[in-house]
Amino acid sequence: MTRAVPFPGDPPITPQLVRDHHLTDEEYGRIEALLGRAPTFAELGVFSALWSEHCSYKHSRPILRALPTAGPQVIQGPGENAGVLRLPDGWAVAFKIESHNHPSAVEPYQGAATGVGGILRDVFTMGARPVALLNSLRFGPVDEARNRYLCAGVVRGVGDYGNCVGVPTLGGEVDFGPSYAGNPLVNAMCVGLLREADLMTAAARGVGNVLLVVGSRTGRDGIHGASFASEELTHESERRRPQVQVGDPFTEKLLLEASLELIASGHIVAIQDMGAAGLTSSSAEMAARGGVGVEVDLSRVPTREPGMTPYEILLSESQERMLVVAQADRVTEVQAIAAKWELTATPIGRVTDDGMYRATWQEQVVVEIPGKRLIDDCPVYCPEAREDEAIAELRRRDPGPGARAPDPAEALLTLLDHPAIASKRWVYEQYDSTVQASTVIAPGGDAGVIRVRGAEFGIAVTTDCNSRYVALDPYEGGKAAVAEAARNVACTGARPLGVTDCLNFGSPERPAVFNQFREACRGIADACRALDTPVTGGNVSFYNESPTGAVAPTPVIGMVGLLARADRAVPSHARGPGDVVCVAGETRSELGGSVLWEALYGFAGGTPPRVDLVAERRLVDFLVAGAERALFRSAHDCSQGGLGVALAEVAMGGPYDETGLGLEIDLTTYGARLAAVDLLFSESQARAVITCPPERAAAVVALAQELGVPIERVGTVGDRGGAVRVRLRDGRVEHRVDRLREVYFSGLPRRMGD
Amino acid sequence: MTRVAVIVFPGSNCDADTLAAAREAGSDAYYVWHRDADLRHADVVILPGGFSYGDYLRSGAIARFSPIMSAVAAHARAGGPVLGICNGFQILCEAGLLPGGLMRNARLKFLSRPAWVRVETTGTPFTCLYDQGDVLEIPIAHGDGRYVVDERTAAELEASDRVVWRYVRDNPNGSTRDIAGVCNAGRNVVGIMPHPERRNAPILGGQDGARVFHAMEARHATQHAVDVRAVGDRHLRV
Repeated sequence: MTRAVPFPGDPPITPQLVRDHHLTDEEYGRIEALLGRAPTFAELGVFSALWSEHCSYKHSRPILRALPTAGPQVIQGPGENAGVLRLPDGWAVAFKIESHNHPSAVEPYQGAATGVGGILRDVFTMGARPVALLNSLRFGPVDEARNRYLCAGVVRGVGDYGNCVGVPTLGGEVDFGPSYAGNPLVNAMCVGLLREADLMTAAARGVGNVLLVVGSRTGRDGIHGASFASEELTHESERRRPQVQVGDPFTEKLLLEASLELIASGHIVAIQDMGAAGLTSSSAEMAARGGVGVEVDLSRVPTREPGMTPYEILLSESQERMLVVAQADRVTEVQAIAAKWELTATPIGRVTDDGMYRATWQEQVVVEIPGKRLIDDCPVYCPEAREDEAIAELRRRDPGPGARAPDPAEALLTLLDHPAIASKRWVYEQYDSTVQASTVIAPGGDAGVIRVRGAEFGIAVTTDCNSRYVALDPYEGGKAAVAEAARNVACTGARPLGVTDCLNFGSPERPAVFNQFREACRGIADACRALDTPVTGGNVSFYNESPTGAVAPTPVIGMVGLLARADRAVPSHARGPGDVVCVAGETRSELGGSVLWEALYGFAGGTPPRVDLVAERRLVDFLVAGAERALFRSAHDCSQGGLGVALAEVAMGGPYDETGLGLEIDLTTYGARLAAVDLLFSESQARAVITCPPERAAAVVALAQELGVPIERVGTVGDRGGAVRVRLRDGRVEHRVDRLREVYFSGLPRRMGD
Repeated sequence: MTRVAVIVFPGSNCDADTLAAAREAGSDAYYVWHRDADLRHADVVILPGGFSYGDYLRSGAIARFSPIMSAVAAHARAGGPVLGICNGFQILCEAGLLPGGLMRNARLKFLSRPAWVRVETTGTPFTCLYDQGDVLEIPIAHGDGRYVVDERTAAELEASDRVVWRYVRDNPNGSTRDIAGVCNAGRNVVGIMPHPERRNAPILGGQDGARVFHAMEARHATQHAVDVRAVGDRHLRV
């Protein structure tokens, strides 16, 4: 039996108090058995945090085990602050994605800002310098004021934080849908660069080594953030606003520089962000990873206000704090480095050999729990999974006989104006995308690309998920998210290397939701195996529910790719009049889950596109090989809005170009079996639009044939400011490219009232 | 080699980019921490972009009190070249080394995108390798980039050829008379909002900003404004 005594003023442990901590009776029973006594209030708080879904993955662990995590490129798989992949010449890339959905729902600006702050810390604690940020955002319909308020606040929060710290935001996605109205999704991804030899981990080691808190003081903000993230949003959630942490990117920048200097100095053996569940999770997880015990004296933690209790100090989620394990004889050196960056580093405890997770208030023990069991004894649940019959029915339907076939030229304009497809320039121009002076491809293309100073290679990054597909068919939708990310990375010429995933779902305790989760993960796993992109970590975000129901299942894929030569990065839009236009891949009649059906008929049903992973792999190989041989002038994948939108995007050019280029396209032989609307707007996977100089067209076609990729020459690039003309067997599309640009670039700002 | 001091304030975040751009142009560039009092025999001083002290009060308002700023002011008074980029420009205005100030962008949002500026004067240590009227594409990334001066000062700046760069095509932030950069009466202190250090190589989409840094070397090689152009061109051809 362990010993710990209540702190003066602690409330008695009652069944109601246990329920308020989101622990079930059975879980509480386990706690008493584990301790051999009733827990103290502080211990109850510790269990509540570490056994929350957010920290323990108690509903997702068995499913996540099926994801492929190994490969020759993997240096660090799941379980650390971030995954790490091997790059050429001794370099490595650390990357991770995380959600900050619930805080952003009640306080969009700070919720989003602190989401960025947390993911930056996860990356630089690995010893990596953050070189790129991305995000993936979902809001309710943009025509409602509340959703615009959330969108504007989140975008400003994401921007202000990353901009101030000086990390370029290189990509992301924004989409809107009714299911997100009460529960927006805010996922932030960070990518960092390090020398493989400098890799740092978060495993506490060395009995007698000293634990220090570096950075901000601890306040009462964010207490129970981890549990908050693990419950459904209700009308009561507004009360949670004080639990949303407040970000200070200026301190973050100092913390970043101090942490990298500490890691390089050799004075420390481990470092971890005090993120969700603050000091509790950082100290317990570091101890568990190292297989050691830790003891901290909470009275020594610098606080922002007097009178904070052990419970509050353990569970505070005040931002911009790090927990560092320093070699016993180097505490002064660690403090000197912190002081140089105008930060404090305060010793609060030490590594012990008894395996206990112990917190004291001076001499008095307030928490004493066997460390390994605190992490390992968390129950694991395998909830029931059953598809909602209504979804199966929806999949079998189409818009019905009342849906008139649209004029393809009109439909193209409707799609370019649709919030899912219209340019996100309004969003990404609020993010600094060129700081660090390494941006090769800025936001607005298929994937962001950065160079690495002193190296020949570059890194391509993207985030992708089409939740319309996942909602209708979670398995195919999961595959599609990975496939689209891989296509986006490969379009720049980069070889997809690895994945971090942010799995946003409703309550796992509902069989329909758990079925979505299980099936989407199975799809992700199969696609990651086929594309050789192991999953190196990520985040599960359950309980994304509001009174109106669960969010559409949104497993966001963050992907990193290696571009052998950064100076050969392939842009997404056409560059030269007279260039040849080719379509790689096959188009089928696959309008299920399409933006066309949603935009024209308000119909979100049908069978979403099938993902042929063999075809996807071949297309990726083709795109990478073509870029390596410098065959392409541009490459752009077909996704939402299909071939029609892809061709328009190829023609329209970059977001700040004065005009675009015309296109002369003849689709009378390509996909000749299909009706015009299917051919142009079907969202079949494994397709891309390529342009190349005429003298290389034969080599492009030969390469595609060699790699088993169907390819067809469909036209040529026209003049600057010209017209986009598409001849179809049963119709034609013709628009001035400037008209397309006007529609495409004004769609979002018009709706945002800007 | 020109000795270029890049001042690092807590919250500077373009310091590394600026140092690299100066070195790529051949300068002996090094960091000077804001708490230092000594510029270590700098020929040129650059105040880089970022968010000094978080810019929580007003951009540049705290940084001007940093110990190093008296040395920067002394260097400027002695005629030494000083360049402020973005936040550095804001600090130079706050410190009174340049006229005017930088206010919130007209659209009240941070704005990151390419901007097009016309070189209005070649009579500064940082623009002497351009031709007057050259139009440059250089990124901007700022929330407080709207340069504001009173009418009288604006007229004076125009009359004395002290508008260094001016936005063309469009004015991204609503600045007075489309001004993107100015210099002081002595022409040695220059402030610009766009980031030339982010566009100094073909891989970054172009090198329109490179000559800002080459100018420091070229000028150092001769010290004679008349010869600067020729030296600069040779330098660029190497």
